[in-house]
Amino acid sequence: MTETDFLRLSRREVLEASVAAAALGVCTSAAAAPPEAAPALEGAAQPTFEVRFTVNGTPKTLSLDPRTTLLDALREHLHLTGSKKGCDHGQCGACTVMVGGQRINSCLTLAVMHEGDEVTTIEGLGAAADLHPMQAAFLRHDGFQCGYCTPGQICSSVAMLKEVEAGWPSHVTEDLGIAIDLTDAEIRERMSGNLCRCAAYPNIVAAIRDASEGGAL
Amino acid sequence: MTPFTYERAIDAAAAARAVAERPDAAFIAGGTNLVDLMKLGVARPKHLVDVSRLKLDTIAESEDGGLFIGAQVKNSALAADARVRGAYPLLSRALLAGASGQLRNAASTGGNLLQRTRCPYFTNTATPCNKRSPGSGCSALGGFNRIHAVLGASDACIATHPSDMAVAMTALDAQVRTVTGDGATREIPMSGLYRDPAQGPEAETVLTHGELITAVRLPPPPPGRQVYRKVRDRASYAFALVSVAAVVDARDGQVLGGRLALGGVAHKPWRVSEAEQTLGAESRPEASFAAAADAALKGAHGYGANDFKIDLAKRTIRRTLADAAGVSS
Ligand SMILES: Cc1cc2nc3c(=O)[nH]c(=O)nc-3n(C[C@H](O)[C@H](O)[C@H](O)COP(=O)(O)OP(=O)(O)OC[C@H]3O[C@@H](n4cnc5c(N)ncnc54)[C@H](O)[C@@H]3O)c2cc1C
Ligand code: SF4
Repeated sequence: MTETDFLRLSRREVLEASVAAAALGVCTSAAAAPPEAAPALEGAAQPTFEVRFTVNGTPKTLSLDPRTTLLDALREHLHLTGSKKGCDHGQCGACTVMVGGQRINSCLTLAVMHEGDEVTTIEGLGAAADLHPMQAAFLRHDGFQCGYCTPGQICSSVAMLKEVEAGWPSHVTEDLGIAIDLTDAEIRERMSGNLCRCAAYPNIVAAIRDASEGGAL
Repeated sequence: MTPFTYERAIDAAAAARAVAERPDAAFIAGGTNLVDLMKLGVARPKHLVDVSRLKLDTIAESEDGGLFIGAQVKNSALAADARVRGAYPLLSRALLAGASGQLRNAASTGGNLLQRTRCPYFTNTATPCNKRSPGSGCSALGGFNRIHAVLGASDACIATHPSDMAVAMTALDAQVRTVTGDGATREIPMSGLYRDPAQGPEAETVLTHGELITAVRLPPPPPGRQVYRKVRDRASYAFALVSVAAVVDARDGQVLGGRLALGGVAHKPWRVSEAEQTLGAESRPEASFAAAADAALKGAHGYGANDFKIDLAKRTIRRTLADAAGVSS
């Protein structure tokens, strides 16, 4: 998109464009900026460690300073910038990815610990022409405003529904012995590890409900 | 983060040996606490021994009718296990009340027991803290101490242990199995795992350097109904201000006995035998719950911003015991 094209867009179109980009986990206005420089490292040269893992179905081999978190490996080394660095302390969920199908905070784990693992990021869930049902549901329900938490929300919710399918209880599950009824309270509790500073929560819950009822996951 | 080298352990004894050999080495399991503290400059290991791939990730039934929980079993898997949900719902509930779905998928049983305090002065390297920097003083004593201890604390440190899981395990009389660098194994009761802060808050447990937790053993469940109640600043994804693990054996409105452990109030899960002895000692259940609450908080002392915890703990105890007994309060 050229600058003139951008200026010609109505405010609504701009919002829609950024909203669609958020659900895909791509940067919009920041897309032209160069990738962030790798964080400065303290101390002397570090020995690097080789790690081989599969990211979004593609085998990757990286030679890394062992201090590199999985999040930094994805963003800085593989340039998959969909996973976001929010708090960098496991408190916000913006960095949520799936490892072996399970959601984790990629900021609190070291990349070298993931030898042989299968990592799925927002980029691996769907593409603009082929949205994952959860991405489509977030678009339909306006499940975001600024979009920064969205890739984490979507990765988290996709994996969360698998946990429900596996019969995992939650803090608000009344009876630990029976099948889970996915109430809104259940969705909220299970998604509490993903904060949204714009507080788009009602629409996030609606999107997840819609996607879960669609059964297309 | 301070630079470090890394190795992936292949068996438990070798992992223990690798850490025991180097004073600056540490185990890493899920990393959800250690990586955080390394980023903050609070933990500065020079060598990490990754124990996350050790084959200690299964839950097995023991001959006495209890359970063996491998140290690498994830918090989410432990909470969802059908045997745990059936016989130890207290443990499932405590785990599910902690952290978030993502964190529970990464957090291990061993790492959860050894997670460090959430005292904000401990995690801020610019402030004095006896736990992080022995002898520097305790900033929480005259500072912001809303989340701090009201029981078992000393002027050296008033930090609380943040784990929910450990509170349930303490009430369930769990035993912690370990292996040391020289291959020796031992079993430590939960009640004997954590050290008093007066003995030096920098060493939180009786484990020696390089001693690896391999499993937690749960004896058969005690009779009675199990309830875990956590009181916190928001309804989810927050640490406990106060939590109560209760087991009450009641029949026909009569309380026969039970267990009681508190979280969020001390440097360890707080269990008082006098409080448990009152359960069943009074004919009216409400009277025995009130007596248990008073006995559990005996000697409690606030530091200003956390004074409210004493009353909050007593009320939470009474309510949780009543719930477990099936009587309304
Ligand atoms: C935002 C946030 C919210 C949280 N909320 C809660 C909550 O509400 N309730 C709660 O209980 N917890 C909560 N937690 C803490 C979480 O439960 C712990 O971080 C987790 O259980 C630690 O396990 P781990 O496997 O990741 O440990 P690691 O970070 O890998 O290790 C922790 C410590 O244990 C040592 N260690 C690990 N395994 C072993 C072993 N087998 N033998 C000997 N030493 C070992 C490590 O050397 C390290 O010192 C929260 C954490 C975060 C980040
Ligand atoms: S309470 Fe303990 S951890 Fe907190 S500042 Fe004081 S000594 Fe440090």
